[in-house]
Amino acid sequence: MQLQSRHLIDLEGLTEGEITLILDTASSFKEVLERPIPKVPTLRGKTIVNLFFEPSTRTRISFELAEKRLSADSVNFTSASSSVLKGETLKDTARNIEAMKIDMVVIRHAAAGAPLFLSQCLSSVIINAGDGAHAHPTQALLDLLTLRERFGFLSGLKVAIVGDIEHSRVARSNIHGLAVMGAKVGVCGPATLMPREVERLGVTVYPRIEDALAEADAVNVLRIQLERQKKGLFPTVREYRNLFGITRRRLDEAKRDVVIMHPGPMNRGIEIDSDVADGSHSVILQQVTNGVAVRMSVLYLLAGARTKLEGVEQE
Amino acid sequence: MKIKAELMDEEAVSRTMLRLAHEILEKNHGTEKLAIVGIRNRGDCLARRIIRSIQEIDKKNVPFGELDITLYRDDFQKLNEQPVLQETNIPFDVTDLRIVLVDDVLYTGRTIRSAMDALMDLGRPALIQLAVLIDRGHRELPIKADYVGKNIPTSSSEQVQVLLREMDGVDRVNLVQV
Repeated sequence: MQLQSRHLIDLEGLTEGEITLILDTASSFKEVLERPIPKVPTLRGKTIVNLFFEPSTRTRISFELAEKRLSADSVNFTSASSSVLKGETLKDTARNIEAMKIDMVVIRHAAAGAPLFLSQCLSSVIINAGDGAHAHPTQALLDLLTLRERFGFLSGLKVAIVGDIEHSRVARSNIHGLAVMGAKVGVCGPATLMPREVERLGVTVYPRIEDALAEADAVNVLRIQLERQKKGLFPTVREYRNLFGITRRRLDEAKRDVVIMHPGPMNRGIEIDSDVADGSHSVILQQVTNGVAVRMSVLYLLAGARTKLEGVEQE
Repeated sequence: MKIKAELMDEEAVSRTMLRLAHEILEKNHGTEKLAIVGIRNRGDCLARRIIRSIQEIDKKNVPFGELDITLYRDDFQKLNEQPVLQETNIPFDVTDLRIVLVDDVLYTGRTIRSAMDALMDLGRPALIQLAVLIDRGHRELPIKADYVGKNIPTSSSEQVQVLLREMDGVDRVNLVQV
């Protein structure tokens, strides 16, 4: 069993077996992370570049730790201190970095499609760490791992995704991943932040948060990007909290063992209240821990990947 | 794949494992600071059997661990298909223990090299010994087993197939032609 694709661009097209392989491998890596020396020599000699064209704390540190735990050499790139400011294109930046002999590229970019584009013009393995509103596959995988650990299964699980669905790559990747694993997904948020025809992804739309919460085994609370409010997509932050915020009172009406997730960074007191985020239903910090294991799993499974052509040459 | 000869049957396997348990107890003067660690897959089944035998002989419980060496392989860059990673489960601190590694077949010695590296990452054992059911020769590293079930001279075009009840429903060792 191995992954069919040499890259991880999004979760569309991954089979149930492939996602299960990634999650099983990640579970094994969690044992490595518990060791007194949480490091294995597996990716010794592999060089990985983390290309971050957008700010990120969690994802970047998580990838960097995963790389170091596997003994890969990693190089970090942030656009703020690079030639991008001098007008260099993405393709030129990436090809120049590749000319320095690297094996894998982890990319975060504000433009949807940037990782796919790189996979077409570079020969390195590309891993998407978030591109525009398109996909954030490793976030969805760590959410799946967290849910599977909590419930023991994913098939038939009811998951509500709440917030700005329209602009959320986390929501899109979660919807695809959960659907493949047989979970039932509901989405809830202001109509202005709901993609048109979102039902075609196989989800149920709940206009009212109470209805979304009533059935859910788990709730994935998305970050409200405050700049959306300035664009007039919802009237006030306070109104958003009143209509869609996950509060202690709303949680009391939900299932007793409902699980609360958040991809971070949180706006406490807007989409999620502090006592919910820090309460017993929250698995937000487990998600962060699982993030490192999932990224180790993805790096491990893709590190040996070769193009068919190269495979033939090696015979 | 063609079976050339049956090397051990069910009775031979169980007698051999019992002898290995006795030898381990003899060489280590009992079970003091002793722990048995099996290398996945099949080494862990054999390690469990040794622990059961030790229990029957000495009425003592010996800590059991299982080791997956995938992450320590030296041929990782050369494989075309990624080996499936399984969990390492060693629920005790290996530091200052006398660890007996258990595997089914000793061949090039590379698996044992990986297993020793993996163990050293978990702590500093007092010593590491090696027990194998079959030693088929062809070492590529300076590694030697402390306890050997059976020495079998083989050619490199042959393979030793170990079948165990826990995984294959039957205990048998076959010499097969690839």
